[in-house]
Amino acid sequence: MKTQKEETDFEVRSLDTMCVNESNLSHPWWYNFKYLAVGIVFGIVFVKAEIISWFRIQEMFRLQSFHMYGVIGTAVVVGAISVFLIKKFNVKTIHGEEITFTNKKFNKGQIYGGLIFGLGWAITGACPGPLFAQLGTGVLAISVVILSSIAGTWVYGKFRDLLPH
Amino acid sequence: MIETITQPWPWYTAGIIIGLIVPTLLILGNKHFGISANLRHMCAACFPSNIPFFKYDWKKESWNLFFIGGIFIGGFIAAHFLGSDAPIVIHPALQKELATYGITDLSGMVPTQLFALHDVFTLRGFIMMVGGGFLVGFGTRYAGGCTSGHAIMGLSDLQWPSLVATICFMIGGFVMANLILPFILSL
Repeated sequence: MKTQKEETDFEVRSLDTMCVNESNLSHPWWYNFKYLAVGIVFGIVFVKAEIISWFRIQEMFRLQSFHMYGVIGTAVVVGAISVFLIKKFNVKTIHGEEITFTNKKFNKGQIYGGLIFGLGWAITGACPGPLFAQLGTGVLAISVVILSSIAGTWVYGKFRDLLPH
Repeated sequence: MIETITQPWPWYTAGIIIGLIVPTLLILGNKHFGISANLRHMCAACFPSNIPFFKYDWKKESWNLFFIGGIFIGGFIAAHFLGSDAPIVIHPALQKELATYGITDLSGMVPTQLFALHDVFTLRGFIMMVGGGFLVGFGTRYAGGCTSGHAIMGLSDLQWPSLVATICFMIGGFVMANLILPFILSL
């Protein structure tokens, strides 16, 4: 019975998301600080390379600068080579666990949702990651944007069944 | 060395570091790079409201919340200790266009003439902050990921639905920036 419940929970979490991870190891909560450390590096890069700049995003969508295309393009190439190597050499995690990949299923949400997010991205000049870095740099008004994005996610969850997928 | 760090970093440095975050998270604990799911975890943690989509054990994804906590701290460190105060140099055409809407202050990462708390109750400020944020939160979840989950993690794993999503992000962005935003900014 317990297993049944856990599977259901996993299924709910797996809806509309890229990052669902199930670990059979249970670590103390402070093991999560390693992800905090990675986040700090990410946040610094966001600011130092002006990725969180509203102006750079406007340039990107007006084809006035190569900067953002260079950042995302390089990241994808480095990420793809890494994933290829992890799969090829069957690399394990530092705790000896298998690294798993799940194929993403196509649904119409990737089109409709993608377009809606794109519209928002060009207004805020930030996708969800940069929003948190912008708030970190001290722009208080971004807290309004973040709260509104949480509200947007909530409204999606509320009306999910009525939307085409 | 310090001077190198305080200068703005070029795109290839940033791209390589961000790309390396993908294998780092995988090797640290089989975590797939993604950020927008945090908005859902926050809903699940704070306002599940008996909605099935939010009824799951969000604590199992708490690593993701630590990750964005780190991004917040990283933003603070970079802004306060690694010198990013110089106004950024933007394309002259963009500078000219923005000036016609009264946006002349190019200092900082976010134009303070658009994103300021006291502007939330103006029509333009409301659309930019509340409207923009809503579209980001609604759209990313509907699409099943944002720039990190789809464009970087998804494409790195050669997932074609992520390519579809990424292309749609860009189409939405081009339409907004070139066709709709000029109207909003002139409000």
